[in-house]
Amino acid sequence: MTDAHAPAAAGDIGAIPRRHPLRGSAAYLGLTPFAAYVLLFLAIPTTLAVSTGFFTDTGALTLDNVAGLFEPNVLQAFASSFWVSAVTAVLGAVIGALVCYALLGTRPDGTLRSFIDSASSVLAQFGGVMLAFAFIATIGGQGLITVWLRDTVGIDIFAEGNWLYQVPGLLPVYLYFQVPLMVITFMPALQGLKVQWAEASATLGGTRLTYWVRIAAPVLAPSFFGSLLLLFANAFSSYATAAALISQGAQIVPLQIRAALVSETVLGRENMAGALALGMVVIMVAVMWGYSVLQARTSRWQR
Amino acid sequence: MTGATVELVGVTKSFGQHQALGGIDLTIAPGEFIALLGPSGCGKTTALRALSGLERIDTGRIVIDGDDVAEVPTNRRDIGMVFQSYSLFPHLTAIENVEFGLRMRQVEKTERRLRAAEALDMVGLDKHAQRFAHQLSGGQQQRVALARALVTRPRVLLLDEPLSALDAKVRVSLRDQIRRIQTDLGITTLFVTHDQEEALAVADRVAVMREGRIEQIGTPEQLYVTPSTPFVADFVGLSNRVPAQLADGRVSVGGAVVDQLGERMPDGPVTALVRPEDIAFDAAGVPAVVVASSFLGSLRRTQVRLDDGLLLAVQHDVSDRHETGDPVFVRLKGAAVSVTPR
Amino acid sequence: MSALVRIGAEPGAVTRVVILSVVGVVFALPILALIEFTFRAGLTGEHTLEHWTGLFSEDAARTYRGLFQAIGNSLVLAAVTVVIVLVILLPTMILVHLRFPRLRRVLEFICIVPITVPAIVLVVGLAPVYSVVVKVLGGSTWTLAFAYGITVLPYAYRAIQANLDAVDLLTLSEAARSLSAGWVRVLLHVLLPNLRRGVLAASFISVAVVLGEFTIASILNRRNLQTALLQVSQSDPWVAAIFALLALLLAFILLLSIGRLGRDRKTS
Repeated sequence: MTDAHAPAAAGDIGAIPRRHPLRGSAAYLGLTPFAAYVLLFLAIPTTLAVSTGFFTDTGALTLDNVAGLFEPNVLQAFASSFWVSAVTAVLGAVIGALVCYALLGTRPDGTLRSFIDSASSVLAQFGGVMLAFAFIATIGGQGLITVWLRDTVGIDIFAEGNWLYQVPGLLPVYLYFQVPLMVITFMPALQGLKVQWAEASATLGGTRLTYWVRIAAPVLAPSFFGSLLLLFANAFSSYATAAALISQGAQIVPLQIRAALVSETVLGRENMAGALALGMVVIMVAVMWGYSVLQARTSRWQR
Repeated sequence: MTGATVELVGVTKSFGQHQALGGIDLTIAPGEFIALLGPSGCGKTTALRALSGLERIDTGRIVIDGDDVAEVPTNRRDIGMVFQSYSLFPHLTAIENVEFGLRMRQVEKTERRLRAAEALDMVGLDKHAQRFAHQLSGGQQQRVALARALVTRPRVLLLDEPLSALDAKVRVSLRDQIRRIQTDLGITTLFVTHDQEEALAVADRVAVMREGRIEQIGTPEQLYVTPSTPFVADFVGLSNRVPAQLADGRVSVGGAVVDQLGERMPDGPVTALVRPEDIAFDAAGVPAVVVASSFLGSLRRTQVRLDDGLLLAVQHDVSDRHETGDPVFVRLKGAAVSVTPR
Repeated sequence: MSALVRIGAEPGAVTRVVILSVVGVVFALPILALIEFTFRAGLTGEHTLEHWTGLFSEDAARTYRGLFQAIGNSLVLAAVTVVIVLVILLPTMILVHLRFPRLRRVLEFICIVPITVPAIVLVVGLAPVYSVVVKVLGGSTWTLAFAYGITVLPYAYRAIQANLDAVDLLTLSEAARSLSAGWVRVLLHVLLPNLRRGVLAASFISVAVVLGEFTIASILNRRNLQTALLQVSQSDPWVAAIFALLALLLAFILLLSIGRLGRDRKTS
């Protein structure tokens, strides 16, 4: 009412009148609850997680834990994690992209699209224990499909051993949430393909193939590979599903962390879990950095 | 390069229940620049897209240089098309965009570069050859799109509201540039717009469309001075709607009696469409009070209110200044008017 | 064939149907198998309703007491997590949006960190933090919500931010202020009603995530729905499957509602 033209306080980009109770430094107080919360439950645990690897139980600095990362069985776990994440990321990306392609041109508020959107959001979250159950019920020892294949078609999928409860078993199970995640992340990019590009390509003499090879594919590439990286990160960091399927052993890195936290540890290597956590974070940071670079490229073109 | 002859014969197109084109007959002479003008939904874009092949027609023929191309897919019709917006390929530079059509025609690399550079030069963007779409302004993007469409020397150039998404000033300079290039190249051109001023300014002939049909086709002057239907009279240029009486082909309006334009209509009460420049301020005539006056650079347009409350727009010389509230007299200059039944 | 299919911008009807049905069938199978499993009678091929009806029998409350308690824990955890989101995250986001726009990138970064630092890594560092929490607030399960608030940050942030971006809060609050509304009024009558969609979406998704959380609860040795399911599955896999299905159904309803919310706003 009266002093609407008071000089703006530092950092005050919106021209809010002086009687604003949140002016100046008082407003910063409003940020403290969140800051404190994030400090306590994110910053500190993360710092602890990545740094305890450098200390022994007694608090002495050591590189033993980190050295332990290069033991054959730990390296094997990293390799398995990589392999599972890479395979499910690539397959998930390809299948997910195909689903997005199949949805091109459907009405955004139509029943098909909204159903698939909702189903994808749910299935992308559907992991851990419940997913493991579902797959055991499907292709487990007495699973619906296992039995059907055995009795009707005569194929015993477990003839070579019970692979569902080992690392290979993670592949189909992880795909179950990787594909929906791809659909969620990649759909905006595919929908962002402007129809004018296809039309312009046609008027310039291009065929359907040249459109996809020369225009759609290059434009979609950053987003596709970005989503692929996200899928990789997602699989790499998954714990619950593997924990539910593989009750014993530490075949992948998250299970290694379980073993390090839960069971007896080697003397001098009590903080193996910290070293493993560090290893995971390094990989995750690298992958997510790649993802953000590719995302930036995508948004630049899709204006 | 001489342009092709283009004919649309009896073209119809429906989208489900809605008939977008109800029988279009249009012949475009080689090198001619035709504007399709009309309100949203009149079918002008559909007609253009039918010519391009991006829409399939239901009945009729589309003939380019004697060949019926209705069954020929878009990529083999040898046309150039400029879209309203967003048509540049985002991952290619300006020159790579322009080269695209040449690449599709298997033109060899050095020749391709050369021709594309020439095309960019023609639209004044040779210095921007390495820029990407997101680094160019709207006007610049459309110029690149124009170069891209023309570099392959197509038989027909199609422009789908290419200026509608641009700022006013850019619109005017770009439309002049388009017209210049088109005249130099002599390419047969079809230009779609909803802006009547734009259509009148650039085209050789203008076809006014309404609800899937062509209401009138003629030179800009013909459309403006002798509109054949009230819709055309109303759509092209500004009109004042004045209650009048029609008797025997003569219209009594505003104290004057003038000829009626267009088809004969039954006698009786009508609404006359009077152009602002056909009304003048005078020492005597119909009394009115000035409401507002707009300075338009080269002329003035003044709104006046008559005693019965009717508002009229009067176009007149700049030197003639009026203030709000001034009492004035207006009279008709005597030009023929279009009428609609009341 | 439509024009867009001819120029390659869209797939043909056949392609569409083939891709979607194959993928659809493959993805429906595990859920159907899980449903079928709940009707199985042991290792015979027979089917029975016993597992379902057994839930309503008199001893159900006693036999499955642990499970029901765990479900209760999960519900409490979900509620507390939503409270944390609404009381700590939401005001902060509004404050940053209106008052500290330059901090938006920082806030966004913080809320994305939990994706890079997954639960299995976070839990390594949570154990020491929680030993302190237990001393201060006791050892009950609800305190896990503090950790859950962090894990839901990326989802809740995105849901609320989408709403903030869509509604021009700054202009609205300035308009309200220019009409002499006090800040409390602005908050209650202008800001919050316009944020309803984002707030509800954030809440629903938080509930869905919390109900499905296993990692932190399991490693920190607390009982929630998922750890209880795993445990019960050893002795009674059918009931475990039934509750897994119900939890999945609840999540589906919640997430469907979020989609609905978005759509209703557009049609209103």
